[in-house]
Amino acid sequence: MEHLTVDVAIIGGGTAACAAAVALREAGLTVALLEKRLCGAGASGVNFGGVRQQGRDLAELPLSRRARLLWDGLSAKLAEDVGFEATGHIKLARSDADMALLEAYARDAAGHGLDLQLMGPNALRAEMPWLGPAVVGASLSPTDGQANPRVVGPAFARLARRLGAEIREHAPVRHAAHDGTGFAVEAEGVSVRSRTLVNAAGAYGGAVAGWFGEAAPVAPLAPNMVVTEPLPHLVTRSIGVVGGDVYVRQTRRGNVVLGGGRGTADSVDGLARPVTATSLGAGARTLALIPDLAHAHVIRSWSGLDGEMPDHIPVIGPSATTPGLVHAFGFSGHGFQLGPVVGEILAELVTQGRSASPLHPFRIERFAEWRGPYRSDGEIEH
Amino acid sequence: MAEPVVAIVGGGPAGLRAAQVLAEAGLRPLLLDEGHRAGGQIYRRPPAGAERPATELYGFEAGRARALHDLADALAPRIDHRPGTMVWGIAPREPVGFDLDCLGPAGHGRIPVDRLILATGAMDRTLPFPGWTLPGVFTLGAAQIALKAQGMAIGRRVALVGAGPLLPLVAHQYAKAGATIVAVLDVTPLGAKVAAAPRLAAMPATLAKGVWYTLRGALRGVPVRAGVRAVAVEGDRQVEALAWEDSRGRRHRVPCDAVGASFGLRSEAQAADLAGCRFVFDPLTRQWQPERSAEGRSSHAHVYLAGDGSGIGGADVAELQGARTALALLADLGRPRDAAREARLDRRLDRQAGFRAALEAAYPYPHHLVEGIADDEIVCRCEGITAGAIRRTATERDAREMNRLKALTRTGMGRCQGRVCGHAAAEILALTLTVPVEAVGRLRGQAPIKPIPLREPA
Ligand SMILES: Cc1cc2nc3c(=O)[nH]c(=O)nc-3n(C[C@H](O)[C@H](O)[C@H](O)COP(=O)(O)OP(=O)(O)OC[C@H]3O[C@@H](n4cnc5c(N)ncnc54)[C@H](O)[C@@H]3O)c2cc1C
Ligand SMILES: Cc1cc2nc3c(=O)[nH]c(=O)nc-3n(C[C@H](O)[C@H](O)[C@H](O)COP(=O)(O)OP(=O)(O)OC[C@H]3O[C@@H](n4cnc5c(N)ncnc54)[C@H](O)[C@@H]3O)c2cc1C
Repeated sequence: MEHLTVDVAIIGGGTAACAAAVALREAGLTVALLEKRLCGAGASGVNFGGVRQQGRDLAELPLSRRARLLWDGLSAKLAEDVGFEATGHIKLARSDADMALLEAYARDAAGHGLDLQLMGPNALRAEMPWLGPAVVGASLSPTDGQANPRVVGPAFARLARRLGAEIREHAPVRHAAHDGTGFAVEAEGVSVRSRTLVNAAGAYGGAVAGWFGEAAPVAPLAPNMVVTEPLPHLVTRSIGVVGGDVYVRQTRRGNVVLGGGRGTADSVDGLARPVTATSLGAGARTLALIPDLAHAHVIRSWSGLDGEMPDHIPVIGPSATTPGLVHAFGFSGHGFQLGPVVGEILAELVTQGRSASPLHPFRIERFAEWRGPYRSDGEIEH
Repeated sequence: MAEPVVAIVGGGPAGLRAAQVLAEAGLRPLLLDEGHRAGGQIYRRPPAGAERPATELYGFEAGRARALHDLADALAPRIDHRPGTMVWGIAPREPVGFDLDCLGPAGHGRIPVDRLILATGAMDRTLPFPGWTLPGVFTLGAAQIALKAQGMAIGRRVALVGAGPLLPLVAHQYAKAGATIVAVLDVTPLGAKVAAAPRLAAMPATLAKGVWYTLRGALRGVPVRAGVRAVAVEGDRQVEALAWEDSRGRRHRVPCDAVGASFGLRSEAQAADLAGCRFVFDPLTRQWQPERSAEGRSSHAHVYLAGDGSGIGGADVAELQGARTALALLADLGRPRDAAREARLDRRLDRQAGFRAALEAAYPYPHHLVEGIADDEIVCRCEGITAGAIRRTATERDAREMNRLKALTRTGMGRCQGRVCGHAAAEILALTLTVPVEAVGRLRGQAPIKPIPLREPA
């Protein structure tokens, strides 16, 4: 059994956790990160790859705007090509009511400095003649884009390691507690003592909070994903729709990735799997948007496990019960874009007790008296 | 109570014998098979209307082939046979059983079943060597399929390379069909075969006829060599010649226009993966396979396994296992047992196990070929990933496991989903990390097992 004593222990090895390890090392603190499986193999490594500000809850926009600035320099910082491309994210309207929602959102987003361009049917068809007849208009966010999720988490983990963080993989944390002088974190094969503890356990963040007497109703969320064989380049932008029942992008390699609807998730063993009817449904909706894909072949489907909060925004901030404990979990299906900034925010919280970004909406206390539903089965936008 | 729905996936020797036993017990099993006519790999049948005499097609195995084809025809009215039907997804159903996603002549279909027998067979195992992606290079299995299903050789001057019993078998079949063979090169040593020969010859099994030196007499004047150290296909846009280095390091070259090459078999186990079966590593054949008890039970209470899809044993073993696993299933359903029949099958399977061990000893794994794969050689041909990229990713980007390697390099992320390249990639990764190959794990399976159209066929 290995024993480590550090300034900060981190539970989890997703993008949020690994980015936090980097930022904390840059701030000069010693760090031990404990990941159950492999860093970046959870939701962070299997997501759709959408790097999107458009469509987010307005409370998330300040964080998302700040994160977007980091994405430009991410490949350079991590010394690895994370495949980020600002292809734009276009959200399609399939009815006049949809269009009205896009117009209202564009007005609100402008207040946060996010510039969205509304497009009518003619402008839209001029730019994307391959769109199907179901589409009546759109809202374009030119600065949004896409990246390769499979490399981002592991690259953050490697940078953290190069900076001197202790990273332990295949080390599930069984329990953690504060014993009056500091945190004692018990993981498989290693125990860690630390002054501060970061809970970045994704779908399991609620369970970790529970060890400290805090309620955070996290439901398992398993978005359903499908990918085609590589095809000639056609889909120039990352595509979403009002309502979120389908989203599509084409990778640099040419594969068309599409999602929409939910797979099944077993939060006990962490297994998420795709559901056939959902895959076929997303395929049909994709073909309604992009009829030219009619002859594409699907080579794989998958899902992954994220944590979903009842109000669809994460928990980010200090614990309400235990000084020195900081949470960042429950990203509700859209935490990939935020990952890099969450790392910085966690480091700010640890080193200064506060963050440059407005975190009030994300405080864990909002669930102390939560009486609402514990999960929704609606569509989740990425 | 309604009869339980039992589905058999795969209509080769294993699947057909399982269907027979279930039909005899009064069940009406579903037999789902990608093939257009039942028979599987070894007893693959030509399309209706293009039949040729069995002795010509199957050689030594003609009798068995005929028996199995007759069985398939006799079973037709007593089972629900769906040829040309691929099972591409398997999802657990509440409270028990599975939903099978199928793509058949009538389009997509979803079939609820209570129990599953997986008899999905094997495919050739490939290893990269210079020129292996040139047009004109086939696997040995493909060379054989061309002969059995279409009555065609893969070229006019054919060189064959291998590391398993399929090599002499295909060589015999090609010679018999009148094809011109210019070289038969075994990359495993002759000594191993001679040492194993007595044990092999003692077995009345199909593959025993593959014993090496019988081939030499049959192919006079043609280089038939064992212990070959390296092979390379030469050619600009297609195969022009095969160069090789013999057991003493001397170089040779023979002009040819087609090469059949593969290095043993690998179980087609994705269906078992999707069904939730536990996998174990088989050190003999160096691959992960679904765990199977002697009676054919998997780790999953409602999934049964038989044939090459869960352990490479050859056609005779496949037949025995098919029957045995169906008996186990019937016992689990509470049907009256035929203890004598069970014991008879168990004894015969037991004897075959010794044969199989001898066979593997005769064809030891060609480690030298993996060691010799150059950095610029393409390993994953769907995605164009080289051996060098795999080695660099292992050392510089900390990829210590197959799924991580895939995530970082795209190895196994293309159309074949690692069915072709997964084995070689694992061997290269393990060798780079100096760990045993089982330590790098295996690629996780996901639906679809093979590509399916995005648009649901009408
Ligand atoms: C299929 C899918 C598609 C998505 N698409 C998008 C998208 O397009 N854009 C977007 O912005 N977001 C998307 N998301 C959401 C995004 O991926 C997640 O919100 C984000 O990755 C969450 O990061 P995380 O670090 O909190 O969680 P994770 O990446 O899940 O990391 C949490 C880690 O904690 C580990 N862990 C848990 N418990 C313990 C323990 N006890 N001990 C040790 N380790 C533990 C887990 O193993 C896991 O690795 C998608 C999510 C999924 C699943
Ligand atoms: C190309 C090739 C040639 C071979 N030639 C010989 C030989 O000459 N002599 C010899 O002794 N052995 C040979 N073998 C070994 C051979 O596999 C076994 O001897 C024997 O065929 C095994 O029987 P089986 O029933 O386990 O599988 P198979 O005979 O392989 O039958 C499996 C069947 O399952 C079907 N199937 C697989 N997956 C699915 C799916 N998802 N959905 C629907 N159907 C599916 C396949 O199409 C096939 O029809 C060969 C193997 C290969 C791959």
